[in-house]
Amino acid sequence: MSGAAHAGDSYLTHGRGLRSWLLTVDHKRIGVMYLGVIVGTLILGGVFALALRLHLWNAGGGLVSNDTYNRLFTLHGAVMVFLFVIPGIPSALGNFVLPLQVGAKDVAFPRVNLLSFYLYLAGAVLFLVTLVVGGLDTGWTLYPPYSLEGARGLGILIALVGVFLAGFSSILTGVNFIATIHKLRAPGMGWFDLPLFLWALYATAIIQILATPVLGITAALGFMERLFHLGLFMPEYGGDPVLFQHFFWFYSHPAVYIMILPAMGIVSEVVSVFSRKPIFGYRFIAMSSLAIAVIGFLVWGHHMFVSGQSQWANLVFSFLTLLVAIPSAIKTFNWLATMYKGAIILKTPMVYVLTFFAIFGVGGLTGLFLGILATDIPLHDTYFVVAHFHFVMVGAVMIAFLAGVHYWWPKMTGRLYDERLGVTSAVLVFLGFNLTFIPQFIVGIAGMPRRYATYAVEFQGQNRLSTVGAFVLTAGLVLALWGLLASLGKAGARAPRNPWGAASLEWQAESPPSHHNFEVPPDGVSPYDYTTLKELPGDQGWVVVGKREVA
Amino acid sequence: MSAPTQRAAAAASPFLQVHFRSMREQLDTAKLGLWLFLASELLFFGGLFVAYSVFRANHPDTFLYAHHFLDWRMGALNTSVLIASSLTAAWSVRSAQLGRQAELRLLLLATLVLSSMFLVVKYFEYSHKLHNGVFWGAAYQPSQEMLAALPAALRAAPPPTNLGTFFSIYFLMTGLHGIHVLIGMGLYLWLIRRAGRGDFGPGYYVPVDAVALYWHLVDMIWIFLFPLFYLM
Repeated sequence: MSGAAHAGDSYLTHGRGLRSWLLTVDHKRIGVMYLGVIVGTLILGGVFALALRLHLWNAGGGLVSNDTYNRLFTLHGAVMVFLFVIPGIPSALGNFVLPLQVGAKDVAFPRVNLLSFYLYLAGAVLFLVTLVVGGLDTGWTLYPPYSLEGARGLGILIALVGVFLAGFSSILTGVNFIATIHKLRAPGMGWFDLPLFLWALYATAIIQILATPVLGITAALGFMERLFHLGLFMPEYGGDPVLFQHFFWFYSHPAVYIMILPAMGIVSEVVSVFSRKPIFGYRFIAMSSLAIAVIGFLVWGHHMFVSGQSQWANLVFSFLTLLVAIPSAIKTFNWLATMYKGAIILKTPMVYVLTFFAIFGVGGLTGLFLGILATDIPLHDTYFVVAHFHFVMVGAVMIAFLAGVHYWWPKMTGRLYDERLGVTSAVLVFLGFNLTFIPQFIVGIAGMPRRYATYAVEFQGQNRLSTVGAFVLTAGLVLALWGLLASLGKAGARAPRNPWGAASLEWQAESPPSHHNFEVPPDGVSPYDYTTLKELPGDQGWVVVGKREVA
Repeated sequence: MSAPTQRAAAAASPFLQVHFRSMREQLDTAKLGLWLFLASELLFFGGLFVAYSVFRANHPDTFLYAHHFLDWRMGALNTSVLIASSLTAAWSVRSAQLGRQAELRLLLLATLVLSSMFLVVKYFEYSHKLHNGVFWGAAYQPSQEMLAALPAALRAAPPPTNLGTFFSIYFLMTGLHGIHVLIGMGLYLWLIRRAGRGDFGPGYYVPVDAVALYWHLVDMIWIFLFPLFYLM
């Protein structure tokens, strides 16, 4: 725990050996461990996706059996949602960045933070076990009665425990984040001096704390129902399967805001730094994060328009769903206004963010089609839905995650990645992504249903485009990974403290930061005030000249 | 007082964690964290309360019928036991703040004893039901002895449907609550051990305060469970 920081002692070298990592309570090391596991789950989920797309190359399928196909798309969905997209930004990047941005030494409860990591890891391991045990072919939504029938075997039980554990990991992370932001801010740092990434994490944490326990109890009830035939969800014992859907979406719809809000936080940071302009409409962006978190709790029924819920409920849920568009649009226009007359620098994080704008625009607007009752009914359970949520979850969240990883990589590792590789990866990801999912909008409108192992021959052309796109997207991701990892080698350039000229506090720490983050505990500063920063020649980054405006 | 001075002033306490600037900050942070966790606990139980409401709304006659199998005297006894334990828990925080060590140890012990009394009563309730075939869900098969407890009017008519679901919800809610009581007992054991070492006093009483907060939540949930199952 203790030990004075001396020159050259970073969090990476403070304490050596595997044990010093596995039992660490340092938020930075925990963040890095999260990042490692999360990238692993992305690769696993990605391999499932590629197998799916290869299977769909021909209208008749043929690569794998139909049963295997069902397992593949279930595990693709479950792994990506529960293990990659939900924890991706908050647990990996948030853990690393949040205490640095508030100028603290650690999160409020470091040991709880480590517990949270191991709960997540246990959840991830259990999902791997279901691969071996089999039986999980229900789609990631795990709807009963199908999912809780005896024929599903052990797989579903193990998956439910995995969901439960990953959920509690998420709750504990949320508790830690809110407590840290409330209590451990640097002296002088008021609420409106928080970087917008922290407002985003704060709003996310509210959802994590209040929605995730409902998923936890749902998983527990599903587990008990399957074992003891309680009669809660299974009609044959007097249960109500629609109740499960309500429970499930009460969490899983807010969960999409657990996914997108931190992504929006990263975008707010990057767009300001790489436009060399203070963020436009700071308070509107901050408050719209909270608005999304609050409204997000009231819209779950839009997943159940065709489940037999009352028409009045449908109307109300439809109306509330459209309300979410308002804060989302507020953010988008503020980002664009930030770039207006800015000095835009096209480094990798910014290129990723520009592609985010294009994709999030489409993803958000097609969400309106699905929120409106009249258009949702024919589009329900078609590839249009698949394309829409991939635009938001992959196109927006994963791309923002990549922007964030590149943005904070110099801080995390002390190395600069190769910009050419980074920008190329961003362009490839953008092209591959659109090639994969735009055709799915088209076949969806034409009526191709989701989750089938085979499809009508007339859709084969678009499906092949989609499969090609998936491989281009994979190439982009592999290139990004390679570019990042290569920087860790001997040839990788050393990163200065502040390579981008950002004003928030994490860039005042060493790259990589020392064990306790800062040599001297910093005071709060305006996170988007660039007037006092000056770029040094060469790759020495930016330094503060003159007196900074204190928050 | 500036941050370094605060640290220096508090440096005497071995319980100040390195990332906090003062004992006060550590206490406030711990309590905020615990309140947040309790909020998530409420939502965790909330799922079960919703299940209760949905099934009660759909099958009111079932709920009316089945509550005759629960003994309100046992429930009332347990309610008073838990309320008493909340008093000793709250009182123990006060003792810790004032540094009254003997009183603190006594009150912590009293809380532990009361919470185990609760589980003893619960044990008798559960075993009575399980011996008489009052199980959850599809396994519900009440014995004649159990049915004799019903009012004559209900005995004469055919029983309503979904009785098993009522007991599923009963066992789930009281069971989950019981698990929380067990966890609370573990926490009180831990506090008793630490109080025995003399860890707590006016300068440091975070754990006593935090565990008491948790314990009040456990009591609160029971205070809802008791009327919902035994009285309504």
